[in-house]
Amino acid sequence: MERRDFLKVTGFGLGTLVLPISGRLIAAEELGGKLDVAFKKTLADAALGAAKDGGATYCDVRVGRYLQQFVVTREDKVQNVVNTESTGVGVRVIANGTWGFAATSALTADAVAKAARQAVAIAKANSKIQTAPVQLAAVKGVGEVSWATPIKKNSMEVPIKDKVDMLLSVNAAALKAGANYVNSILFLVNEQKYFASTDGSYIDQDVHRIWAPMTVTAIDKASGKFRTRNGLSAPMGMGFEYLDPKPEGRVELPGGAVVYSSSYNMVEDAVAAAKQAQEKLKAPSVKPGKYDLMLDPSHLWLTIHESVGHPLELDRVLGYEANYAGTSFVTLDKWKSKDFKYGSDKVTLFADKVQPSTLGAVGYDDEGVKTKRWDLVKDGTLVNYQMIRDQAHILGEKESQGCCYADSWASVQFQRMANVSLAAGDKKLTPAEMVKDIENGVYIVGDGSFSIDQQRYNAQYGGQLFYEIKDGKVGAMIEDVAYQARTPEFWAACVAVCDERDYRFGGSFFDGKGQPGQVSAVSHGSATARFNGVNVINTARSLG
Amino acid sequence: MTMYSEAEARTILEKVVKLSKADECSATLDGNVTGNVRFALNNVSTSGLVSNCVLGVQVAFGKRVGIATINTFDDASLEKVVRRAEELAKLAPENPEFMPTIEKQTYKPTGTHVEATAAITPDYRASVAGDCIEPCKKDGLVAAGFFSDNQTFSAIANSKGNFGYQKSTGADFTCTVRTEDGKGSGWVARNLSDVSKFDAKTEIKTAIQKSKGSVDAKALEPGKYTVILEPAAAAGLISFMMFGFDARQADEGRSFLTKKGGGNRVGEKVYDERVSIHADPWDPESAVLPWDGQGLAREKTPIITKGKVEYLQYSQFWAKEKGKKAIGQPGNLIMAGGTKSTADLVKDTKKGILVTRTWYIRMVDPQTVLLTGLTRDGTFYIENGEIKYPIKNFRFNESPVIMLNNVEELGKPIRVGDDESPFVMMIPPMKLRDFTFTSLSDAV
Repeated sequence: MERRDFLKVTGFGLGTLVLPISGRLIAAEELGGKLDVAFKKTLADAALGAAKDGGATYCDVRVGRYLQQFVVTREDKVQNVVNTESTGVGVRVIANGTWGFAATSALTADAVAKAARQAVAIAKANSKIQTAPVQLAAVKGVGEVSWATPIKKNSMEVPIKDKVDMLLSVNAAALKAGANYVNSILFLVNEQKYFASTDGSYIDQDVHRIWAPMTVTAIDKASGKFRTRNGLSAPMGMGFEYLDPKPEGRVELPGGAVVYSSSYNMVEDAVAAAKQAQEKLKAPSVKPGKYDLMLDPSHLWLTIHESVGHPLELDRVLGYEANYAGTSFVTLDKWKSKDFKYGSDKVTLFADKVQPSTLGAVGYDDEGVKTKRWDLVKDGTLVNYQMIRDQAHILGEKESQGCCYADSWASVQFQRMANVSLAAGDKKLTPAEMVKDIENGVYIVGDGSFSIDQQRYNAQYGGQLFYEIKDGKVGAMIEDVAYQARTPEFWAACVAVCDERDYRFGGSFFDGKGQPGQVSAVSHGSATARFNGVNVINTARSLG
Repeated sequence: MTMYSEAEARTILEKVVKLSKADECSATLDGNVTGNVRFALNNVSTSGLVSNCVLGVQVAFGKRVGIATINTFDDASLEKVVRRAEELAKLAPENPEFMPTIEKQTYKPTGTHVEATAAITPDYRASVAGDCIEPCKKDGLVAAGFFSDNQTFSAIANSKGNFGYQKSTGADFTCTVRTEDGKGSGWVARNLSDVSKFDAKTEIKTAIQKSKGSVDAKALEPGKYTVILEPAAAAGLISFMMFGFDARQADEGRSFLTKKGGGNRVGEKVYDERVSIHADPWDPESAVLPWDGQGLAREKTPIITKGKVEYLQYSQFWAKEKGKKAIGQPGNLIMAGGTKSTADLVKDTKKGILVTRTWYIRMVDPQTVLLTGLTRDGTFYIENGEIKYPIKNFRFNESPVIMLNNVEELGKPIRVGDDESPFVMMIPPMKLRDFTFTSLSDAV
């Protein structure tokens, strides 16, 4: 097993950003290249054979090479360049109707076979206290296949110098535009994972993800006041081409703020961030009360993540996460009733692992299930959950939805969130048209602080930019805004969703779950949406 | 083999330092054996045993730094990892904030290792799960919990002759007990270095009692209340606040400890005078390694004394910029208190709310350290010194800075672990006035 470490990055507001890092540190030049597929198949077959010989009724093998690169800068300095590689093999078996798992970093047939035998031994030992045997939904073997994120430019092959120069030019632009401080980061991930199972599948996948967050800080020394504005990019399932700005990736919102879709202009956003951070220092404080909220996709993704993505994870619903992440208000009886209203009839929420450019997009999940799209909430009514092969029978289903994921070859795969998105409205509607009907509202752009209870009822969300809406027009910037909502009431208050021309993604690069914890990356798509009569609180306080 | 003796560790590290041709070299060797058992729905769900040992080598040529790691220790591997660090350093951009490796330090050993914890077996872990599950099953309750333990060693050395070696142990236990109908939920947590002081059969009683006692909770209006925060409930807020104790952040103008007009608030009274927090690596209940992540020797350090801020954390670079001495950064937080238990504080309370656990704490405004989060797994109304009835969970919006100005009474500190905190903490139960609850939660 390899170590899990954390890189602490200060300067991101008051909270320290803690990044999970796994694997050994390597030179940037080593980030290219791949293990030979034939070699991976040899390792996999060694494990499959040993597991079957040991008495396993099922076995899957994941030969993984996980690469990460972090480039961390502040102002005119590079703080850190970290390259990591983690390579090894995880073997999961069912023996005596019970799961067993073992992993090894040694890439030899003998070591992998030994891990398979250990997994069988663990399964047999655990079967003594197991009360019900594992019921695994069938998957038809797909033979030897491959899938790759359709990238145009492999981030791992872009020279470090180019990345450093880009971030330092972003920082310089922010400082020139009035920022006092700026932190910017590049996170790049490449998962090279090979899956094989006794079902007859040999699946080779090459998955790429990219994230380029920044925080710009403005200070008023005389008053001691400070404000930050985070970048408005989204982490994406793309290559380095995401950072080549193109006109079609730029979206100007009513009121003038600019956000991004298929590509990101980090320099332009840094300049805007510096100006807006200064503007935030002087912006008036919100008057608390009920407002109609107009939520940009750069903000709404996080609300979807917390209030839809997590409560519709079947393992939470069943109680497997009760001690840590919590359970869910969306109990099975609500699903069985077939008429539980999750939201208004404008609300259709779907899960998928297939939308191009998303963090969740893969060809097959980590137990060999071909990925797909399915509805969770249809026209406001709850219709489904997210589940994996050993949970399908609980919902009376014959096949998994393909939500299984492990963050490393050394971690056992389990049910993780798919992309969960709000379907765009079916009537033509742009954000500029939406705002015309709002008399007294708040327009929120970008994600901010978020907190939700362990059953996903009561939530509070902040943002990056807040604008008052008066009589159909986007007005001045306001500050100290957070809204509190009870999940079903919040979604019931959704009265309009813009059409697909406005559909964009946000996402979480490091979503945590489980004990010991694992991270995963997931996108959430939506168009701008309107929610009527939501409770807005004022978060300003005085320390005297 | 991942647990090396001091002599073995010294041999490896001295070889590494000798191999390096860089201007300077520092190396760390960290080994561990970590075991865990996880259970849910009254069944063991996963269990694991992981052992690893990692050598980290950092070298510098001028202001260019390279770091590499490896987990094999034969001579060829040691040569390989040193050369890789050197190659990385040569490729790295110059770091204008580069600081030379630390001078030779004097480390006085701390009591971080307890043999009983190092000797934990898979059977012991299974018995912890069993001791929680059995009484719950008998009572028609549902247990979900996690027990993890570790034994580790840390060794450091550098080209200036510094060397340190020490072993540590730790164990952490949490268990949530829910009623079958999902109307009640209770929780218990223990964090220890010495597992011989732990008895799951005793601890689980607390979670069972709170689970049963929290059924049919009543709704109180959100607002300002006198609260008693159990140590685990208070720890998350205190730990979040400590992120603001960074000297550079404060001096740069982006901390609640920034002074109007410039500079920081060290020396100012920021809290109620009953609030004192210090760090002490030798504290018998919460001992931590005698050096920090950079290898600097830790000292007994007052952080807040009688409400006055006495300490901000200086990186070596910032200390040099500001003409300060960089000392080892704290690994524990020891908050002063009194002698009363949580139960004693309840007895002395006319009207108030008892909070077992806080959850999903997030920063709302770093300017004031305004935090939001929720109560969870046992929230009760207190009247005339007694727990009267369970109440529905609340969301709070509160700043620990304001909270620690509203102290009514502090009880006896106990050791607390928090999965979002880097510190081992000794935190008292706290009776506080005017704690701000802003909305109700339907979550149980």
